[in-house]
Amino acid sequence: MNIQIRPVLTALRRHKVGTLLIALQIGLTLAIVCNALFIIHQRLANLSQVSGVDEADVFVVANYWADVNRSTEQVDAQVRADLIALRQLPAVLDATPASGYPLRGGGWDNFVTMTPDQVKPTTDAAVYTGDEHFIDTLGLKLVAGRNFRPDEVMAMGTQQAITPPTAIVSKALAERLFPDGNALGKSFYAMGATPSTIIGIVDPLHRQGVDQWSNSHAGQALIWPLRADDSKGIYYIVRARPGQLADAMREAPKALYAQSRLRIIDPKDGVQDYATIRHKVYDSDRGMVILMGVICAVLLAITAAGIVGLTSFWVGQRRKQIGVRRALGARQRDILAYFLTENFLISATGVALGVVLAFAFNLWTVARFALDRMSLGYVGIGVVVLLLLGQGAVLAPALRASRVPPIEATRSV
Amino acid sequence: MFAYYLDLALRSLKRSPGLTALMVLAIGFGVAASMTSWSVFRAVSGDPIPWKSASLFVPQIDNWGPNGRNPDGDPPNAMDYADATALMRDHRAKLQSAMYQISPSVVPADAAKHPINVSGEAVYSEFFPMLDVPFQYGSGWSASDDENRAQVVVISDKLNQKLFGGANSVGRNASIEGRQYRVVGVLKDWNPQPRFYDVVNSGGFDSGVKDVFLPFLTAIQANLQNDGNTNCNAVPKEPGFVGLQHSECVWIAYMAELDSASAVTAYRDYLQGYARAQQQAGRFGWAPNNRLRDLRAWLDNQHVVPSDTKVSLLVALGLLLVCLVNTIGLLLAKFLRRSSEIGVRRALGAPRKAIYLQFLTEAGMVGAAGGVLGLLLTCAGVASVGWVMPKDIADLARLDVSLLVLTLLVAVVATMLAGLYPTYRASRVQPAWQLKSN
Repeated sequence: MNIQIRPVLTALRRHKVGTLLIALQIGLTLAIVCNALFIIHQRLANLSQVSGVDEADVFVVANYWADVNRSTEQVDAQVRADLIALRQLPAVLDATPASGYPLRGGGWDNFVTMTPDQVKPTTDAAVYTGDEHFIDTLGLKLVAGRNFRPDEVMAMGTQQAITPPTAIVSKALAERLFPDGNALGKSFYAMGATPSTIIGIVDPLHRQGVDQWSNSHAGQALIWPLRADDSKGIYYIVRARPGQLADAMREAPKALYAQSRLRIIDPKDGVQDYATIRHKVYDSDRGMVILMGVICAVLLAITAAGIVGLTSFWVGQRRKQIGVRRALGARQRDILAYFLTENFLISATGVALGVVLAFAFNLWTVARFALDRMSLGYVGIGVVVLLLLGQGAVLAPALRASRVPPIEATRSV
Repeated sequence: MFAYYLDLALRSLKRSPGLTALMVLAIGFGVAASMTSWSVFRAVSGDPIPWKSASLFVPQIDNWGPNGRNPDGDPPNAMDYADATALMRDHRAKLQSAMYQISPSVVPADAAKHPINVSGEAVYSEFFPMLDVPFQYGSGWSASDDENRAQVVVISDKLNQKLFGGANSVGRNASIEGRQYRVVGVLKDWNPQPRFYDVVNSGGFDSGVKDVFLPFLTAIQANLQNDGNTNCNAVPKEPGFVGLQHSECVWIAYMAELDSASAVTAYRDYLQGYARAQQQAGRFGWAPNNRLRDLRAWLDNQHVVPSDTKVSLLVALGLLLVCLVNTIGLLLAKFLRRSSEIGVRRALGAPRKAIYLQFLTEAGMVGAAGGVLGLLLTCAGVASVGWVMPKDIADLARLDVSLLVLTLLVAVVATMLAGLYPTYRASRVQPAWQLKSN
């Protein structure tokens, strides 16, 4: 097929403004779609982050004590009794006391240093507390070392700073602290005067929060063998037997109330399964994915419709010329090729403009909202999508043009 | 004459229904997307206390030194116990209050009911007049109640409903964390968003209501722990809530009312003097590095408006822009196609002005139709914001008359602006040339 560009350009010169408008529209669309795709992809990546928890079977009970004036010993006795009661439930596999849990949406974290008097911290780690059942309850994978022994677990009172001599850390933290490997048996300081020795390594284990600031510390967490006997309240993380999550979630608060009524478990959201926890913590990410998706779809639809509309007009306007070309021997596919070429030239101009706009917009959001830099891939995808969209949109009017009979040449209007 | 233009516009639009529908749809979607994200943005970036925000100030004191500053060199965004109570004792502002978040359990008088956990704030007496907190019954407590650690409480309308069936409960007792507190005031429905007085703990937006307000020192004495964020640069030396009070950990919000520029300067000097005294006493090993921001600057500094909201608004405005460019192109094609008609009208004596009016009327009609569609879509959009924004923020997006008027106005004005160039081109059509060629 012999495509001639010169006559197309000559014709376009007669529709300068219309051509520029379509090119501008395509450029703006490309800029917005690229950035939206980029945001969508980033947020989807957040949504699929692994927590390390056996999410299908695990749930969390937020248990507040109704009487805050109890001593640490009294609270500890109650916690131990509660755990025995929970573990005895037929639908429950295991349970552990905790001060926080992965994907909670924020919580305790400590600076970690290699020496006690180091000024600039090496990193920041999410701090989990639990007993010797913590790893099994969450379903974490112990990749090296051993679990806590029951005699290593200590009681921690309200706002009490205890640094246990042992800790289990996530693989990400182990590698951050000891890049040469073999972190087992080595020790670190987490805002205390005494060190904690790494006795086990789990992988993976998500932090409690999903905030942007913690991205540079992703997956860095430590577990201390502590029962968090805070006078305000405690979390019980419970693992149901496979397939018995609903039963376990129903039984657990009843069993706790049977132990003692001096507690408050919110009837609405005091007991949450991991589907709910995950849903909540990634609320805004999912929202942005939907919003950007809808905007992209509307944008592409409008741009496509705009191309169809404007090209249809041009076809209508040029019926006579098309007729003349056909009468002079141009075949149907020459006419088709003419309009496809015309659209390609306009789209290419628009896309070139769009690439510049896309990067400009991205750089601006990087500076203004601390978003990440967009990679070239998104722009590549955007360019291909818009060129295809343009060709697809122009196809119907171009086909109609190719069917203009040569006899049109002889009609006066 | 206008009726004639309307009629002409209607005929013209009817002649190409597909194209007209396309323009109306584009305007409708573009306007609706912008207005929906605007409704969210407006809600989160609004001034929660516009009549007073210029005279409310948040002081920050650098009790952590160079290692505890953020990359901008700012000191911690909350206060430790020592500084907060010292500032309260010195009492240099017209009104001021230190505050911290609590979540005590409340036991209903009806023994059959379970205790409930409520959210609250421990504040000083000046909190209520400083923030113009509206009361349904009674009032706040007095300065002497602060000092005497009086067992008094101000409760929300919601808690009053729960505990006392909504009756005037002033003078009655409420059981909070096992102690009896005399109710001195019941608030009207008061839940400003963003929760400007304690941004650090609420993150700005929180759909929950604060149910109890207790005197600060009373709450400290009753050992009511703070329920909000606690940030420490070092682990407290002593355990427990008392240990926290003796530490450099920051967990207390602070606000002061300063009514004039000279009062602000005087307060700045005071903070400077305070920090210098701490330095001389050997507590701070660094020069004073205080901040004193007014409320709006503070909200901005704490990034209360989520960047997602801003990005959404920008992208939606981008969509509107594309829709308008689209409309310019379509109107241009549509108007120029009628060159011969324009030629005839001009030849019969119609001035350029008449052509302008005719075509702008047509653009305006497209805009109005797009606006009506945009209204419907905006209603649907605002109703479904909950799908795409966190609940605490989605709840704030409201449909009101001003938003609806703005939607229509934006649609019509934007479309008429889009119609300007096509109309200009239409008015330049040479009558003679058009008449000749046909």
